[in-house]
Amino acid sequence: MSQITLDKLPIGQEGIIQQVGSEGILRRRLLDMGLTPRTRVLVRKRAPLGDPLEIYLRGYELTLRASEASEIIILVEAEEK
Amino acid sequence: MKLHFALVGNKNCGKSTLFNYLTGSNQHVGNFPGVTVQKKEGSLLADSAISVIDLPGIYSLSPYTSEEIVTRDLLLYNKPSAIINVIDATNIERSLYLTLQLIELNIPMIIALNMMDELATGGGSIDIKAMEEQLTIPVVPISANSGEGVAELIKRTIEIAENVTLPQRLDFCSGPVHTAIHAVAHLIEEKVRRKNLPLRFTSTKLIEGDEEFLGELQLSENERDIVGHFTQEMEQALNSDREAAMADMRYAYIEELCSFTVHKQQDTEAQRRSVKMDYYLTHKYLSIPIFIIIIGLVFYLTFDVIGAFLSGILGNILDGITASADEGLTNFGINPAMHSLIIDGIFAGVCSVLSFIPTIVTLFFFLSLLEDSGYMSRVAFVMDKLLRKIGLSGSSFIPLIIGFGCSVPAIMAARTLASERDRKMTIMLTPFMSCSAKLSVYGIFIGAFFPNSGALVMLSIYLLGVMVAVFTGAMLNSFVFSGKPVPFVMELPAYRMPTGRSILMHMWEKAEDFIHKAFTVIFMASIIVWFLQNFNSQFYMVNSNESIIAEIGKLSAPIFEPLGFGDWRMSTALITGITAKEVVISTLSVLAVDASGSVNLPKLFSPLTAYTFLVFCLLYPPCIASLATMRKELNSRWSTCGIIAYELTIAWIMAFIIRHIGLMLGFN
Repeated sequence: MSQITLDKLPIGQEGIIQQVGSEGILRRRLLDMGLTPRTRVLVRKRAPLGDPLEIYLRGYELTLRASEASEIIILVEAEEK
Repeated sequence: MKLHFALVGNKNCGKSTLFNYLTGSNQHVGNFPGVTVQKKEGSLLADSAISVIDLPGIYSLSPYTSEEIVTRDLLLYNKPSAIINVIDATNIERSLYLTLQLIELNIPMIIALNMMDELATGGGSIDIKAMEEQLTIPVVPISANSGEGVAELIKRTIEIAENVTLPQRLDFCSGPVHTAIHAVAHLIEEKVRRKNLPLRFTSTKLIEGDEEFLGELQLSENERDIVGHFTQEMEQALNSDREAAMADMRYAYIEELCSFTVHKQQDTEAQRRSVKMDYYLTHKYLSIPIFIIIIGLVFYLTFDVIGAFLSGILGNILDGITASADEGLTNFGINPAMHSLIIDGIFAGVCSVLSFIPTIVTLFFFLSLLEDSGYMSRVAFVMDKLLRKIGLSGSSFIPLIIGFGCSVPAIMAARTLASERDRKMTIMLTPFMSCSAKLSVYGIFIGAFFPNSGALVMLSIYLLGVMVAVFTGAMLNSFVFSGKPVPFVMELPAYRMPTGRSILMHMWEKAEDFIHKAFTVIFMASIIVWFLQNFNSQFYMVNSNESIIAEIGKLSAPIFEPLGFGDWRMSTALITGITAKEVVISTLSVLAVDASGSVNLPKLFSPLTAYTFLVFCLLYPPCIASLATMRKELNSRWSTCGIIAYELTIAWIMAFIIRHIGLMLGFN
């Protein structure tokens, strides 16, 4: 069990959202899109220029910038082999 | 009473497809007052007495984006007879999040469960009955693409609207959130009733800390404190904050509901296909070359093949009509002045704009294909980082690229952008992308002055346009739109084959828009320009070199003197060029005729002046059609005037700088 922010989660890895930081419109948007605590997210890939990220949650694909993802704290269950 | 339905749902849920299916061509597209958010209204094909409005795609009823505010205001103050909430069955959890907020509005409501057929391809199913029981509103499975279930949807919507069947259950929460909402509801009940607002919705929004409602209700200091107190108690009990607590409460209920109503076995066919396609289309190395090929192909087909072919045909038809009108008027023996007004003024002006239509329609055929298939959001994903520096997001990339073809569809294409701020900024930047009409000016000048370094001159002009756009974007970002940009948190929908109907509707919408413009703004402008070109200030008909426009050209020549365009013929060409860039050339060809009767540009321009002239042409307002489009899309006369003033200023300054650098370097 370790805690990292969503932008640090390696590609292809899953984690569970623990806390959504930020404030105002960004925070509200993240919550509205279903990034609520205890939700499972998977990092699919990064854009060709390194940013934004593509993540998978609640059965759909979402893209957000690394700076926005860095506001989300993720709990990683165990290192995958 | 006349029934009116509102279509509400997430983006990409098939709402517009359903709207097109319901209304056919009985629809009208406009803007909501004061914002650039598109408003689509129409009447049902099945019963034209019933009107439908297609509200913008949203994910929540928070008061942050103009789309959300517009939807909220319409639902609250302009109560529809029923809400049709369109839900994507393959993406049900996130869709229901909006549903739970809509139910709180206490308006007759029905769920149109779209894409059930797609869900089935992954072996999934939804227990409709159980869902209806839980949500206490009717749920009708439909396929907006094929029209399956739509008749049933309409029948049941009419039922609930006529009987005013309200949702029976508004309360989906438990624990501390429940306590807080009820406490607040009790407190504000009286005030809410007087304002005729939905109690449950208002209470929830107060707990979420919605400033709009705090103001709207005119709560006393004491009442605000009490609301704050209830909220704090809830936050403490949950060890969370108000916004997270509310979102969490909704999603927790949705997860529970879905656990026994939705049976999903695996990803649907479209979802599996999307992952495979994205491997290439958003690939680290392949995505950008693929994008260049796709957009190159679209441009080639639009401007060289299909659009050009259709333009040719339409051009011939319009020429034919003009010729027979010409002949008819001559035979009728009409006054030559009237003849000239009709043929040289109105026909020439309106036809030159109408001849754009094939290009625009073809371009929008491809664009709606890219948009509706889901590729456009991938482009935004891939290109986002490039545009971030000037405060835009990847979504602006496509409109800006289209600007290289024609500013008019580019400005129209900005409509698909998610935020009003990005939309306005993109509209302001597109004219700096050198459009294909300007190419005719460059071509003539390069032929006359720079036959050996044409490519270099051309490239430098295009790059200068992009640089000015970047500079303008950075300025707008720091001074005009200095507020926080809308976050770039965007869904990447599964790739889907767009329906023919949607694409046709889309093309027709743009064409109609353009035809309307040709017969209103352009019609008037043609008459004015004709008048200025054919009369002198004593209102006698004269040759164009003695006309009012030539007078204006002569008067304004001193303004252009520092740029080296002191000759009145140059300033006149630039002034008439505001109507369209091709006119710069046609004016010059009338005015710059030498004794032998042929056009002699080198007599009028030095190479440096010629280059400076091109720079000015690149940067100053592109054409009347684009200005009219801008005026319509920005929905503001003042912003449009501001942009015109800015473009003229920047064109003057850049031309001045370039001329003086050129002079210093010893060019003349």
